[in-house]
Amino acid sequence: MHKPTNTTHSPSLKKRMEQEIDVIASHCYQCGKCTAGCPLNEDMDIMPNQILRMLQLELPGYEDKLLSSLSIWLCLACDTCYSRCPQEVKLSQVMDFLRQESVRQNKVNPKAKDILKFHQAFLETIEKNGKLNEVWLTLNYKLKTLNLLQDINKAPSMFFKGKLNPIPDRVHNVKEIEKIFNKVRENEGGTKCK
Amino acid sequence: MQIGFYPGCSLEGSSKEYSQSLLAVAEKCGVTLEEIKDWSCCGASAAHSLNHDLSIALPARTLALAENQGMTEVVIPCAACYGRMAASQKAMLEDASVLKKTQGFIDMKFLGNVQLLTVFEFLQKYIFPVADQYIVNKLNQKTACYYGCLLARPKELTKLERPENPMEMEAVMEKAGATPIDWAFKTECCGAGFSMSRTDIVAKLSGRILEDAADRGAESIIVACPMCQSNLDLRRPEIKKQLKKDINIPVLFITQALGLSMGIPAKDLGLENHFVSTGKAVSCIVKKEA
Repeated sequence: MHKPTNTTHSPSLKKRMEQEIDVIASHCYQCGKCTAGCPLNEDMDIMPNQILRMLQLELPGYEDKLLSSLSIWLCLACDTCYSRCPQEVKLSQVMDFLRQESVRQNKVNPKAKDILKFHQAFLETIEKNGKLNEVWLTLNYKLKTLNLLQDINKAPSMFFKGKLNPIPDRVHNVKEIEKIFNKVRENEGGTKCK
Repeated sequence: MQIGFYPGCSLEGSSKEYSQSLLAVAEKCGVTLEEIKDWSCCGASAAHSLNHDLSIALPARTLALAENQGMTEVVIPCAACYGRMAASQKAMLEDASVLKKTQGFIDMKFLGNVQLLTVFEFLQKYIFPVADQYIVNKLNQKTACYYGCLLARPKELTKLERPENPMEMEAVMEKAGATPIDWAFKTECCGAGFSMSRTDIVAKLSGRILEDAADRGAESIIVACPMCQSNLDLRRPEIKKQLKKDINIPVLFITQALGLSMGIPAKDLGLENHFVSTGKAVSCIVKKEA
């Protein structure tokens, strides 16, 4: 998939994006509907329409600004932007692409570390079990973030309501899942994005 | 009548009652759901956030299993699972290079001949034609039908007629004798996968949804997504803190509400497993007039 780019000769972030996903940055004419409808616009450091503008203009330093922004991690992929876009720009795919680049180039915004750790804990749990077990996910996430006491008061009632299964239900042939993860990683040239 | 069934991880854990109530309603109507054998997780938002190839390969394995098991239709009640499975299927059908690459990852053939059904499509196709003979109760309450994101968007996957103001859930609730209200937040996001990593955001977004439902007099909120349900129900203490007020509207799965109208006991629909008591919604119910 996307290759890390540290040399000046490699294609720009925008070029790589347009090769990887079905989005052409210049299609956006900056109407701002994406930003107006975004449920998290007030929490974002770069507005959704500005992200596209930066990709259009490619001013010096734009790659680092985008890859280290908080916005790309706050995007919930609710697709309100895309569904209202008069040009049908798939902004949620832009966000996915930028998140993956951000991890690859080690530029994740410090304020987004917990969000990233949650996604990583999630995928690690699936790789081990083939299914997501919420108890395992929670423990894995707590160990990663050291938020050990978070939601601890919810555990007993969730258990008694039958909502927690401490013994994970696994995929019968869990090796198959591991193989998928390994093959995808090999195909990427061993990048660390899990 | 046998139809494939993909419960997904949430329906085996925090949202067991969604699966339980869907199966109870299907059984009542003589429809058999057959779980895909050895299904695995769809990857949810973690996979598409961190690894594009994986987000297509994980659902592809389960889709290929369903094909091998001779299924032609699979109902996927979880809105998030449905979105990921449908996106994977679409990506492979539309691009031969994606198909080839993904088949290599999963070491299985993918034909793309299984039709994926949302919970609405399943209800419309298999339950609606026979529902009237089983509906014995009138829910008799004002309900806010809440779709959230993934049941409504993106429109090419969800196949709803009006993604900004869908009415599919309202049709089900009217059948069950409830009065769906007109409200502003039916397709707004609840905070979805941030339930653990950014609980503050979930409290803010879910709080807005709950407040509008309350302001417009809803007596219950109806959902068809495990993340929406758990954010609005399990996260109620955080929402209360955010809103600085106490709102006690229960949040029911669409299949629980439909099950109640069919006279299925609350216990068999998992209604006792909620954090916000569902008692008030159940107590509104009256016998349907002949």
